[in-house]
Amino acid sequence: MTLPEPISRAAHHLEKQPHEPNNNEPNNDEPPAVSRDKRTTEDDAIASLSDGMTIGIGGWGSRRKPMSLVRALLRSPLKDLTIVSYGGPDVGLLAAAGKIRRIVYGFVSLDSIPLEPHWRAARQAGTIAEPVEYDEGMLQWALYAGSLRLPFLPTRAGLGSGVMDVNASLRTVRSPYADGEELLAVPAIRLDAAFVHLNRSDASGNAQFLGPDIYFDDLFLSACDPGHRYLSCERIVPTEDLLKEGTFHTLRINRSMVDGVIEAPNGAHFTTCEPDYGRDEAFQKAYVAAAGNPDDWRSFSERFLQGSEAQYQSAVAEWRAQS
Amino acid sequence: MSALADIVVIAAAEAFRGDGEIFASGMGTIPMLGARTARSTFEPDLLVSDGEAFYIGNELPIGGTDKLVEGWIPFRSVFDTLWGGRRHVMMGASQIDRFGNTNIANIGPWAHPKAQLLGVRGGPGNTINHATSFFIPKHNTNVFVNTVDMVSGLGYDRAGQLSEFVQRNHRLPRVITNLAVLDFNSADHSMRLVSTHPGVSAADVQAATSFELVIGDDVAETRSPTDDEQAVIDRLDPRGLRHREVS
Repeated sequence: MTLPEPISRAAHHLEKQPHEPNNNEPNNDEPPAVSRDKRTTEDDAIASLSDGMTIGIGGWGSRRKPMSLVRALLRSPLKDLTIVSYGGPDVGLLAAAGKIRRIVYGFVSLDSIPLEPHWRAARQAGTIAEPVEYDEGMLQWALYAGSLRLPFLPTRAGLGSGVMDVNASLRTVRSPYADGEELLAVPAIRLDAAFVHLNRSDASGNAQFLGPDIYFDDLFLSACDPGHRYLSCERIVPTEDLLKEGTFHTLRINRSMVDGVIEAPNGAHFTTCEPDYGRDEAFQKAYVAAAGNPDDWRSFSERFLQGSEAQYQSAVAEWRAQS
Repeated sequence: MSALADIVVIAAAEAFRGDGEIFASGMGTIPMLGARTARSTFEPDLLVSDGEAFYIGNELPIGGTDKLVEGWIPFRSVFDTLWGGRRHVMMGASQIDRFGNTNIANIGPWAHPKAQLLGVRGGPGNTINHATSFFIPKHNTNVFVNTVDMVSGLGYDRAGQLSEFVQRNHRLPRVITNLAVLDFNSADHSMRLVSTHPGVSAADVQAATSFELVIGDDVAETRSPTDDEQAVIDRLDPRGLRHREVS
């Protein structure tokens, strides 16, 4: 099979060793072929944020969520946040901690356990000041419009539904062409900060998903202003190792989309991070059980959520050994 | 006599009859079994997924892992496919009204729900773009209501006020429950009783429904699977998980 020219050229380049020293042509003026090191920590990333920011959180439900960053956010004094998420335990935990003033979401679910207990409790108690409920596809469109710097993108999804009834600020737009159809103009979302968790990354933010779905992680990063685009990953690898575990198709995130890289092994726990690990269903069940009762939640929180990420991981290991 | 779950599975499969080469998407055990049974019997061109991110080319039992992958369908492609109209989904509903407006989002007022459920999820986009059927395991007046508390999926009355494109593409082929099969093939697209499952009367179905159903004199008995279809259902669900959804 003959590949189309641009692809075969790209593939040819990939076979080269980019960092191989060229002894024939010594050139001391040439900068090293190494990109900027953006490694940082969860706590430093969170310390760079301010109250009232709009934060996008990647992943989907209880799948590949940047939980170590969410846990650091829980430990911080930050408040009055706007959260944008295909929600899972990230939203539940932030809601329980009273961090959310406004939230744009299509759902909040733990997947194998359909309803998120903290989210339910917060909505039923009315503690979320401004919920903005969208169709799942509308949320993608809002992030895509934001990433393309467009004011809106048109769609039919949402028209005629309860989404229009509960979002009074949504507007429609009429097609300027012969069809003249009225469409929903989904307003762009621009983020002040974005958190995503990937399988691998190099130190400058060229990152890789190895599981079945990138979800909308690339859009969360692209819809975010430069400065606070944080990417955690299971393992930081040298750039030349990125293609050892997956094809070039898995390199959907490049360093122009990332400001900080955090190595966070097991950082998506207890959500999935295929193929590195699946969801910790037993722990998710324990989380849901604890959320059902204030005393149980206090002990859960004290045991797992008060300390550093390293303390969280050792508390989980200890819990697993006991159960 | 066939078990209720087998009758319901074949009714779910029947919803996909004639769909051709589109994505038959089932949310939950019985809808998924319905799609896979239809593909393995009378609707072989359907595409079915593993519920995660892959189209499956083999006859994959529920919960099975021995997948023959024939395509990749991450969420972004799901949205592309459904906005493109090449999909028929069968999903659940916590409330449904006479014109097929459905609710999976919340019970009670949205601003201060008595019970927060899933949120609208993909319901608005599904119903406005392609065929959406429903499977409701417990048919009662709390589900079959006069007015839904939040419209996550559009009924015929709401779709009827939108563009000509929407009216052409909005379609609610079937509502399948533990009691009956229903559709919206009536003069004003209000819910019509198509068939009742063995041992259930039209009066039983009406009593479990808050609004008045269109009940003609042609209400049939829901058919049982043929022997061949039963063999397929047993292969697709060897552990009998379907019996946990309806019994």
